[in-house]
Amino acid sequence: MLEETGPEWLSEEVKTGTTIIAIEFDGGVVLGSDSRVSAGASVVNRVMNKLSPLHDRIYCALSGSAADAQTIAEVVNYQLDVHSIEIDEEPQVRSAATLVRNISYKYKEEMSAHLIVAGWDRRDGGQVFATLSGLLTRQPFALGGSGSSYVYGFVDAEFRRGMSKEECQQFVVDTLSLAMNRDGSSGGVAYIVSIDEHGTEEKVVLGNDLPTFFDQ
Amino acid sequence: MALSNVFETPAAGFNFDNAARNAALEGLFDGQTPKPLKTGTTIAGLVFKDGVVLGADTRATSSEVVADKMCAKIHYIAPNIYCCGAGTAADTEKTTDLLSSNLTIFSLNSGRNPRVVMAVNILQDTLYRYHGQIGASLILGGVDCTGNHLYTVGPYGSVNKMPYLAMGSGDLAALGILEDGYKPDLELDKAKELVRVAIHAGIMSDLGSGNNIDICVITRPGVDYIRPYQVSEYKDKRKTKYKYGPGTTPVLTEKVVPVKLEVVEETVQRMDTA
Repeated sequence: MLEETGPEWLSEEVKTGTTIIAIEFDGGVVLGSDSRVSAGASVVNRVMNKLSPLHDRIYCALSGSAADAQTIAEVVNYQLDVHSIEIDEEPQVRSAATLVRNISYKYKEEMSAHLIVAGWDRRDGGQVFATLSGLLTRQPFALGGSGSSYVYGFVDAEFRRGMSKEECQQFVVDTLSLAMNRDGSSGGVAYIVSIDEHGTEEKVVLGNDLPTFFDQ
Repeated sequence: MALSNVFETPAAGFNFDNAARNAALEGLFDGQTPKPLKTGTTIAGLVFKDGVVLGADTRATSSEVVADKMCAKIHYIAPNIYCCGAGTAADTEKTTDLLSSNLTIFSLNSGRNPRVVMAVNILQDTLYRYHGQIGASLILGGVDCTGNHLYTVGPYGSVNKMPYLAMGSGDLAALGILEDGYKPDLELDKAKELVRVAIHAGIMSDLGSGNNIDICVITRPGVDYIRPYQVSEYKDKRKTKYKYGPGTTPVLTEKVVPVKLEVVEETVQRMDTA
């Protein structure tokens, strides 16, 4: 007998159920995300890139409701474009983070998305901002998404200031891999974005290239 | 922020005008609100070498009853863009109609065919604004000057761009077939066959999908809308005709009552037909 309402993932909102991470190094930032988008128990997209550009050297990592996060990123992308034309120079990372925070705070009750904003600007170099629930705070690293809970211990113990870009990239991939192994809502491939004064570099680490740990 | 060519510029922010109406209506129905007609669908699409192939089943269900056996779920958006719709039938119909009208205005204004990404942006904008109240899950496919594109837009306004997609209640079955058989740059025949098999899997494994399969092939030279591409092998054979010939119902008595009409007022208005 066909259920009246149909399977729950038909009507459930699509969440990104994610692991996202951004860390700062001397001269830039590295952002990383998994690629799984789920609606209930069903994976809607297994290759979604959750690292969305806000400007040339500013990216944000999406988590929470897919629609809300995507829309905030698009709106802020537009606002930053206008802002950078108005000031006639590259926008600051803090400005981008503030724009994201303004939307997150104003629509706190209606939306459920958490964006981590990270990038490089001339003034302060590499910066990572967390905008959870409408706060704005600069941090050396930021984690987000359902998978982040499983790797806070790892990141707290292993993070060091003064890592090189390559060490940061490896650290991000390791963290994502650990989280994807433990969190059911994270998985797929790992997307890495490295931003420094010379530019932005996007990379994909496919499933079988991810680092393995003792139980694999 | 709205596109300048769209007929009516929507107000910024969320528009919950109808939410209050819905809440009021809910009270009247004593909790038993009428369920909207869901298409209970399998729709799929894939990008192949020369364009995009879209496929859909043709069953529309109203709870357990099949309301329409030959429902058209592949909607016209533009000469180079078509859209498959799953979810609430009225919502997919109206949303795609509105999109098509707006893009026609754009085409007339600019003199060019719309791009697929433009259609996606308008759809996402509309569906996000209504925060999931419009129950439309759409697969949009088309060919434009930038290439062959396939997108899906969810009811809450999330967008995914992928080389192959399936949506609707039969999507898991169809996706299994697509995951197994998809290769980049397939030939036309193989692409059509893969989509057909995917929809067929949805029809076989999902109670809400069934009947015939429609296919729509979009390429640079043009569109081939094949409806139906495959007819269901489970067609019922009617034993008798349901047309009643004259004389079936016997006439027992006949009474004619003339209605008397009298002219009360007569005015003549001359029409200028020069």
